[in-house]
Amino acid sequence: MSTKLRILVPVKRVIDFAIKPRINKTQTGVETKGVKFSINPFCDIALEESIRIREADKDKVENIHAVSIGPTKAQDVLRTALAKGADNSTLVDVGDEEVEPLSVAKLLQKVVEKDNSNLVILGKQAIDDDANQTGQMLAGLLNWPQATNASKVEIDGDNVTVTREIDGGADTLRAKLPLIITTDLRLNEPRYASLPNIMKAKKKPLEKLKASDLGIELVKRIETLKVVEPPVRNAGIKVETVDELVSKLKELKAI
Amino acid sequence: LETLAFIESSGAKISPASLSSVTAAKAIGKPITALIAGPHGAVIASDVAKVDGISKIILAKGDQYDHYLAEELSPLIKELLDTNTYTHFVIPASAVGKSVLPRVGALVDAQPISDIVKVESEDTFVRPIYAGNALSTVKSNDKLILTSVRASAFAPAPLSRDAPAPLEEYTASNASGNRTEFVSEDLVTSERPELGSAGKVVAGGRGLKNKETFEALIEPLATKLNAAVGASRAAVDSGFCDNSLQVGQTGKIVAPDLYIAIGISGAIQHLAGMKDSKTIVAINKDPEAPIFNVADIGLVADLTEVVPELTQKL
Repeated sequence: MSTKLRILVPVKRVIDFAIKPRINKTQTGVETKGVKFSINPFCDIALEESIRIREADKDKVENIHAVSIGPTKAQDVLRTALAKGADNSTLVDVGDEEVEPLSVAKLLQKVVEKDNSNLVILGKQAIDDDANQTGQMLAGLLNWPQATNASKVEIDGDNVTVTREIDGGADTLRAKLPLIITTDLRLNEPRYASLPNIMKAKKKPLEKLKASDLGIELVKRIETLKVVEPPVRNAGIKVETVDELVSKLKELKAI
Repeated sequence: LETLAFIESSGAKISPASLSSVTAAKAIGKPITALIAGPHGAVIASDVAKVDGISKIILAKGDQYDHYLAEELSPLIKELLDTNTYTHFVIPASAVGKSVLPRVGALVDAQPISDIVKVESEDTFVRPIYAGNALSTVKSNDKLILTSVRASAFAPAPLSRDAPAPLEEYTASNASGNRTEFVSEDLVTSERPELGSAGKVVAGGRGLKNKETFEALIEPLATKLNAAVGASRAAVDSGFCDNSLQVGQTGKIVAPDLYIAIGISGAIQHLAGMKDSKTIVAINKDPEAPIFNVADIGLVADLTEVVPELTQKL
């Protein structure tokens, strides 16, 4: 008998990927008022993977727990996760302050211990701070194996084989449970939540905690001094022919 | 008070990204000790000894460091950081760096700063957020500062030392406890310059329509220019070329002297990966394509006609 999976899927609420963020007037961050927020796309892929693992072998998965660490409004992404297939969810309400990856990992470590999770699937990074840290940190704190940037996950009993996207190609790692996996873009294409499932999700559990309930004090190690727009690149010229293009390239000493 | 810089190999050479991270380490201003590991580490040792800015080398020889598994490297790095007077640890923001750095952060209880593009001072760095749509200047209050370095933002350090830096072998005192097993790797081999550090890049997008056209048009132009081949996410997802060629937020971030975008519309996530290129050329039949907003030279034309012509006339 192989171990049943108790999967934890952390999900982050971020500015929707289709929206171009605007810097706020005080240059301390990006404007969040009146902006659409969604589940971080890589977290969505992580959630999808956990649901597919269950769909492939229904008896293998005991529980899929979605957790979000964020503001009160992060409930919305948890409802979406429940509608897609998570069994239960937890919001660690940390208010509107940005929480650093190390603190997030420490909070998740507590949830893993409480839940007795044996597989954590996370997005490789959140598309707001682009840090790409939380999964690896959680693996370090728990002293678990880690497989980052997964493009394929195969589970056979307690053995998990993960193909990863690396510089210049792919590699394959194998580890026994428990394990941390972070997802890359090509692992799967997440589903949409159906209306009946959205309705049903309203009845699924959504637990609300504070960081202090998990015994973690949120400490800031990094100070953001300013946030600015990158230098704007102006459109150059249009040429009509290849000859013009070649002479322009020579003029710019690009060739 | 020194900086420990992890130097990665790429085949039998120092990875170009590692040389860029040495440049970032030099900007921090402390003496630099290079850490090299595994059988590949031993191979690059004599080259690392010549890298400008490196004053000492630590070689951790063990075979367990082959493939640079984070589970093996992180305890080694923690041990070195714990038993020496390092104030900084620097690693390239490569697949290895991204995997290793946060795990080290967890072990030494420090909050790393990933993907820096500028060193303002020894504790203050600039890094892109929101796919490069914003630049954030951040100051670390950690005693030990851990950073990964975006290669395209720093020139590679030259191999210009006359007297080689001294080398010391190191064996970790504690076992790593690693339970991850490396199975295999499938790397795309190419005669071309490496995409992440190439001086010229020819990239193709959805406009190429299929794999055959991609190969027939992009490859000869890249060969003529001695350029690396890149691609948009759309081209990769449509199977025109390998994943590892993807340029963009989720792929490679490049900043070559010349970037030629062919049949690429210019989605935000693609622009995030190439908009710091020095000269950008766009060839696209759609005059409204957003790529033209960042291109220095734009040519609105049918790429099947003009690309072979361009290849021939260069």
